[in-house]
Amino acid sequence: MSDCFINGIASISAQPTTDPDTFLEDIISHKEAIFRSHDPNYKEYIKPAAMRRMSKSVKMGVTTASMALNNSGVEMPDAIITGTGMGCKQDSEKFLENILNNDEQFLTPTLFIQSTHNTVGGQVALGLGCKAYNVTYVQGAASFETSVMDAQLMLSEESEINILVGGIDEIAKNSTLLHKLDGQIKEDDIDVIKLLDSDTPGTVASEGATFMVLGAETDKSLAKVINVETISEGTPLEIKASIEKFILNQGLSVEDIDAVVLGNNGDVGYDNYYNNLQSSIFSDKEQLCYKHLIGDFHVASSFGFWIGCKIFETNQVPAILKVNDISAKKYNNILLYNQYLGKNHSIALLQRC
Amino acid sequence: MNKGIAITGMGIISSIGNTVEENFDALKSVSHGISRIEMLKTRHSEEIMVGEIKKTNNDLEKVLGLKPLHTFSRTAMIGTIAAKEALQNAQISDVNEYRTGFVSGTSVGGMDTTEKYYLEYAEREENRRFIQAQHAGFTTLSISNYLGINGYVSTISTACSSAANAIMLGARMIQAGKIDRMVVGGTDALSKFTINGFGTLMILSDAECTPFDDNRKGLNLGEAAAYLVLESDAIVKKENKKVLGRVAGWANANDAYHQTASSSDGEGAYLAMRKALKVADMTAKNIDYVNAHGTATPNNDLSEGVAMTRIFGEENTPVFSSTKAFTGHTLAAAGSVEAVYSLLSLRENLIFPNLNFKTKMKEFSLVPQTELVAKEVNTILSNSFGFGGNCSTLIFTK
Repeated sequence: MSDCFINGIASISAQPTTDPDTFLEDIISHKEAIFRSHDPNYKEYIKPAAMRRMSKSVKMGVTTASMALNNSGVEMPDAIITGTGMGCKQDSEKFLENILNNDEQFLTPTLFIQSTHNTVGGQVALGLGCKAYNVTYVQGAASFETSVMDAQLMLSEESEINILVGGIDEIAKNSTLLHKLDGQIKEDDIDVIKLLDSDTPGTVASEGATFMVLGAETDKSLAKVINVETISEGTPLEIKASIEKFILNQGLSVEDIDAVVLGNNGDVGYDNYYNNLQSSIFSDKEQLCYKHLIGDFHVASSFGFWIGCKIFETNQVPAILKVNDISAKKYNNILLYNQYLGKNHSIALLQRC
Repeated sequence: MNKGIAITGMGIISSIGNTVEENFDALKSVSHGISRIEMLKTRHSEEIMVGEIKKTNNDLEKVLGLKPLHTFSRTAMIGTIAAKEALQNAQISDVNEYRTGFVSGTSVGGMDTTEKYYLEYAEREENRRFIQAQHAGFTTLSISNYLGINGYVSTISTACSSAANAIMLGARMIQAGKIDRMVVGGTDALSKFTINGFGTLMILSDAECTPFDDNRKGLNLGEAAAYLVLESDAIVKKENKKVLGRVAGWANANDAYHQTASSSDGEGAYLAMRKALKVADMTAKNIDYVNAHGTATPNNDLSEGVAMTRIFGEENTPVFSSTKAFTGHTLAAAGSVEAVYSLLSLRENLIFPNLNFKTKMKEFSLVPQTELVAKEVNTILSNSFGFGGNCSTLIFTK
């Protein structure tokens, strides 16, 4: 087992989450089924000339990557691994629409160049002049976790390295609206804070980015990543068994878990994956949820890693995250679980260091 | 030398054949698969040459026995055909007998269905099941579900180096003991999106492509899928399995020069080749043959050629060729297509030629192998480079 520590982390989401000194103290109340991220002042991180050409994903990615590196004290990472469910959807959508609406004429290369899934990974490398290992994972809701797994594997091969790992997804006007047509997003606008009690199909969509610096333990270490596992498909019962097995494989028992961070997204069709755990193996655990704050998108689960680090740092849990009445006595082991439409399940265990 | 990870199965579908043996027959008889485009409607059909699989989507559905209202894009269908052959070739009937994972590279995912239905989604309900099918990860899950693999499944999208990175990840995970068996490779179907995208970059040739030729005009796009089965030595020993070859070296580096163009000194490619040799615990002298990325764009072939001279020395560069003039540039699948060809080279002791080469490039004295030739081949270095500066190198051994 490798030693993999989170030595820096930063997240842009639909809530104000970029100030390292606060932990969800001011909450923005979103009232629509599709809502944008709460943006920091990108000018502080990106030169204006470069910014003009950047799509939202690139801005969010480059900025959180820079924040996470600052946070960790690492200047040049030894690898850059990104995860994204849809890639640079805005540019990809515009290029596609230009093709279809103009019968494949009058096209320019810029949108195509910026449409690939690995655009953010490439742009971060270019900005840093980083010639090291660079890979992009695109596995729906498990995109971020498969990236973390690669980093963890890399740290087991070579321990004295620092790896920049990030997840990015953006809203694209029309493609995101299509997710209303196929039922992924709720038909009507909703008071998002009440998302988890909505009792209707679909969820709410947003966007964001989280970057972390992973490496050996330092005096900046925020948490230890004990392990991460993904399961492409399974029934609620199978997933429950997988989680129990996952915990045992780490040499722990369910009793050792202090709090669980779950990806409930208010979709009446699929929240049973979580409910099944909340009423059984997790019934006596402090249960935390976050998608009623930041919405759902393919790398939303990266926010669970941010929450875990914040809890270890502050020893506090904002009430807005809590979905049951149990409060843990201590926060040493925090388990994360997420899925989307019954697919791309991920389990991660963070430990205080 | 690094013993490497055993390859026990391979499968492929490309413009030169629907199976491994059909591809081998075409390579051996030097019969390429570059033609005008027929299966996909595009206004550029008379301007470009492509490596197209001459099967309609209906043909592919029948091959796989898909039911009506399925959600397979063309990318998913050709991927499934190749992955299925790889499992059969490895004589695996129960995929879940060991911890088995699946890693697939793709650049466009289900874009071919999206561009067909995108404008009518709002009005017509019938094709909305394909909305999700656009996503690269969905394509991969379509294939893994068909195969019955439901544990570790992931998609790598690093443009044209995707499949090479998938093979690398599989080898690393098995080496670390994280998993016992991995099906790895990539798939990309032709789409208007890529045809027009590469078109705007002015790097599509209107004739058959000519890798490493001084007068090269650009690339031919192609579509293909290819997968390898990698297995741990414990399985190989226990099941007494036939080993087709080994992945002995791998590396990934970033050129960090430009979002789409390669640097003139080939730094990313150089770093990838150098590190792969290190992982394989080899020197440049150990390489018998280089299967080059060789897309036939002015930029790639110059950058890659320079990188090769830096690794091997201009006078000592081993025999090399690009097989892109057979298949076209199959984008995310290129790394695994060329892995299959490398395994065939190892099996048959044959070097497959670099077609259409006439004139040596001005910048260096490198001349690719232009005829089919018999040669004892024990070690092959294979390159794959992509947008985003992504450069990957794999080393295959007997």
